Amino acid sequence: MRAKKLYKVIAFETNTRAMEMEAFCEQKQIPGRMIPLPQEISAGCGLAFRMLPEDYTASMQVLENDGPAAQGVYDIMMF
Amino acid sequence: MIYLDHAATALWRPSGVEETMTLAWHSVGNPGRGSHEPSMLAAKYLLRSRQLLARYLGAESPEEIVFTQNATMALNIAVQGTLREGDHVITSMAEHNSVLRPLYLAQKQKNVSLSFLPLDDKGRIRLELLETMLRKNTRAVVITHASNVTGNVTDLSEVRAFTRRHGLLLIVDASQSAGSIPVNVRETGADIICFTGHKALLGPQGTGGMYVRKGTEVEPLFAGGTGMDSFSREMPEAMPERLEAGTPNVPGIAGLGAAVLYHENYDDAKRHHTEMAREKNFILRVIDIPGIRLYGDYAAEDARRVPIVSLNIEGVDSAQLASLLYEEGGICVRAGVHCAPLVHTSFGTVKQGMVRFSFSAENSDQDVNSAAQLLRTLAQSLRA
Repeated sequence: MRAKKLYKVIAFETNTRAMEMEAFCEQKQIPGRMIPLPQEISAGCGLAFRMLPEDYTASMQVLENDGPAAQGVYDIMMF
Repeated sequence: MIYLDHAATALWRPSGVEETMTLAWHSVGNPGRGSHEPSMLAAKYLLRSRQLLARYLGAESPEEIVFTQNATMALNIAVQGTLREGDHVITSMAEHNSVLRPLYLAQKQKNVSLSFLPLDDKGRIRLELLETMLRKNTRAVVITHASNVTGNVTDLSEVRAFTRRHGLLLIVDASQSAGSIPVNVRETGADIICFTGHKALLGPQGTGGMYVRKGTEVEPLFAGGTGMDSFSREMPEAMPERLEAGTPNVPGIAGLGAAVLYHENYDDAKRHHTEMAREKNFILRVIDIPGIRLYGDYAAEDARRVPIVSLNIEGVDSAQLASLLYEEGGICVRAGVHCAPLVHTSFGTVKQGMVRFSFSAENSDQDVNSAAQLLRTLAQSLRA
């Protein structure tokens, strides 16, 4: 069976803000990708930004200071 | 990349759509606002598309076709424009939020009451319960022609018999059916049919419309300039201008007309046969995957289906599965609830959602085989 890995998943109030996050990370060369919103966060659909924990830690300051406001940051085990 | 998300929007479009849109983009003025050539050209594009859609849907006249930005806007106009204070509406658990939310808004603003036809274990709307839901103040049945989750097609002849028997309005959401199966206004018997341009009709995004049977009273939801009767404080009485305020999306509507022309020339029955062949091939290849569950009436005849297959792998989040399908195979599908919350209430998939594969005649058997193979591989590795 394939193993799950721990990811940081950032959720947003709107898909617009999620897309701003993707553009921001692309511009700042912060690794990560958009994913459909996992059921652990909400069953209501939407987009979220997924990062490896080490990438999140390395970029946390710039994300918090300059990045789009997040609704929440979650630790989720994912395939 | 393998695109299997056609129920969300088409990816491929006939070449005539782009050519027509580009021509219009570079040449049109504001329709109905002047008699100079650019303005007249815009008006001609609008009329041509109206004529094409009227013919395609079997309408009596182009004046029965109203252009909107999408099916959602059309459904809002239909619901808000026909329901009155205290009316009762019968709808179904299969509806998309484009139907549900306008109805909930009417519930809040006009004290409209709602009854929902339930679904059976294959997601079919239980039309046999229509009579049990009738009330003295029932005004309309608002119902989908084809579910965007299960792909099931509603037997509108049964609904039409009910609405005619009781003098009710029949408002149909044809977002998933128009362009895939016949949506003929005479056969459906609907008073209003709302459609989008960008799905199976293969037109551009930002286009849609509604068929409004002549004589059906619909109050305008929007008011503004129409290029005529400008001293009146109200929208014109005459259709379709009554429901079309402001400058329309002429390049988009011109492109929609080109898409409808493609359907006329191509033979929709052949197209539907091909897309259903893709669906059947897919089902054949995934049906025996351990832990799989399909949601829909997949044994129904082709005329009762649009090419949508929603499924789950036991214990796997639909968002996760959709993400892996894309990451590992470039398979584009849609996860989650598909804006149809009551379908998921019915199937008990509120938390898990579903993964939706939706096909078109442009997909090859190889596309289908690759998607099915990766789904099988993922199911094994995620459930082992």
